Amino acid sequence: MNAQVGLRGRAWFQALTGKNSAMDGDPGSVLTADAELGNESARFLCVVPSGQGRFPCARRGEVGLEEAYSLAMRVREVIGQDENNRKRPIIAIVDVKSQAYGRREETAAIFLAAAAAADAYASARMKGHPVIALVVGQAISGGFLTHGYQANRILAFDDSGVIIHAMHKEAAARITLRSVADLERLGHEIAPMSYDIRDYARLGLLHKLLHVENPDNPSKATLAQVQKELIDAIADARAGSTDLRNHFSSEGARQMRLAGLAARRHMEEEWITP
Amino acid sequence: MSTTVAFPPFVNRKSFIELDARSRAQSLMDPGSWRELVGPFERIESPWLPEQGIAPQSDDGCVVLKGSIAGKPAVVIALEGGFQAGSMGEVSGSKMTTALDLAARDSQNGTKTTAVLLLETGGVRLQEANLGLAAIAEVIASLLVLRQHAPIITVVAGTVGCFGGMSLVAGLSSYIIMTPEARLGLNGAEVIEQESGIEEFDSSDRALIWAITGGEQRVAMGVADELVVDDMRKIAAAVQKYIQVGLPRVHRSEQVDLYRARIAALDASKQFGPLSLRQSWNEKANQGGAR
Repeated sequence: MNAQVGLRGRAWFQALTGKNSAMDGDPGSVLTADAELGNESARFLCVVPSGQGRFPCARRGEVGLEEAYSLAMRVREVIGQDENNRKRPIIAIVDVKSQAYGRREETAAIFLAAAAAADAYASARMKGHPVIALVVGQAISGGFLTHGYQANRILAFDDSGVIIHAMHKEAAARITLRSVADLERLGHEIAPMSYDIRDYARLGLLHKLLHVENPDNPSKATLAQVQKELIDAIADARAGSTDLRNHFSSEGARQMRLAGLAARRHMEEEWITP
Repeated sequence: MSTTVAFPPFVNRKSFIELDARSRAQSLMDPGSWRELVGPFERIESPWLPEQGIAPQSDDGCVVLKGSIAGKPAVVIALEGGFQAGSMGEVSGSKMTTALDLAARDSQNGTKTTAVLLLETGGVRLQEANLGLAAIAEVIASLLVLRQHAPIITVVAGTVGCFGGMSLVAGLSSYIIMTPEARLGLNGAEVIEQESGIEEFDSSDRALIWAITGGEQRVAMGVADELVVDDMRKIAAAVQKYIQVGLPRVHRSEQVDLYRARIAALDASKQFGPLSLRQSWNEKANQGGAR
């Protein structure tokens, strides 16, 4: 695993918002701020490692109980505040190792916490808030489902430090009874199994893959470039639907998700006509 | 002369757990009302499993029945725990998402259509990794559209249980029905042991696993709604009851302030006992916190 998980998330949160700390009452692992983006204010959220966290299994950039409920609360806060106003964009800066793997978490029903965060993001999207996920580092499994995957548009850096996946390599190898080498070989042959962000991009789920210089330490020019991409994605989201139909209609989906699209077509026909 | 022989009740009980996904779904619907959509004879299978030397299944482990329950329009979507542990792949995910989308469309057009989800699943199918993860995100998105109009009723009967990303789907449901054999959690004990060590979770300790994720605990702590014994008729009756009840006043996954406060009140310096959690969360519930 990359020891740097979360550092990049913090760097980008700081670059985009000029802030570097949690809001009052929030755990140190959830950074939230409103900042200017183009000619409007946007809400930025990011989960970062916090060695002082209350929960030992959620100190290294995982999404745990406090993180999930804090994200849900901060997203719902925006929904409430903008009830009768222009819907503020919500930007999830994603650099999450995974969900938290702990006994305390399971005992206190982390599944519900994760559901609450996904619910909040999806509710914001359905109410017309442009929700953009900016994947700057890792976006693994329950971590990504909780923080980012309900976005209307997903942007990711074209960089080897960016990984979107269902499970990190070592664990996936153990569970599917394969070696890591086998898993890597399969990844090159079978696009949905790949750990390479360029293969992920082929699946048609990304709005755009961003080529950025030195993503660990954004320069002014790189920051301006990413801000422009976010503004474009927000405009695109506002012009589009509030659901995730772009997942199925993209060029990539039409090439890579043939079986899934066939199932959809058949069911749409059979639903009406016996 | 006749003698009366007393059989214990379970002898006459018809097990739900022992049924496969298709029979489970059928057992919940009004007889003669249902038909299966995108059934196995259409042979829409996973294109990814054969490439890895794994036999696909002609329904991809997801059974969709459209019909009625207690006279009301419903769609039952059942995952087959016996196929790849009920995991979500490209095809099974697409079937679930599309069925939810179509139920939402009917509901928006005036025919309120309830979805009943029978979840026996380990979550993402790792052989289809990123398409499985995306499928779960898509199921969540579609479920939340339907949930604005009609209730989503999740049944976790066992024995696989409901884990991984699909536990979020359960958490977003209007109602969760469980048996004492069923488990519900984000991470299975094996994964926790693997990631955080045996001192964090001993995955061979079955009593501990059920004490934390079992149906009895989940219902007692208020994160699931009804505990039902493994009896086909009782599970069907519970589903019918919630269809009659309709949408809850508030969904559990919307009660962010309540649960955030509960987490804040926990002493996280040590493991907390499942029983004490039942008590403290229920006390708060009695003070008006529950929905």
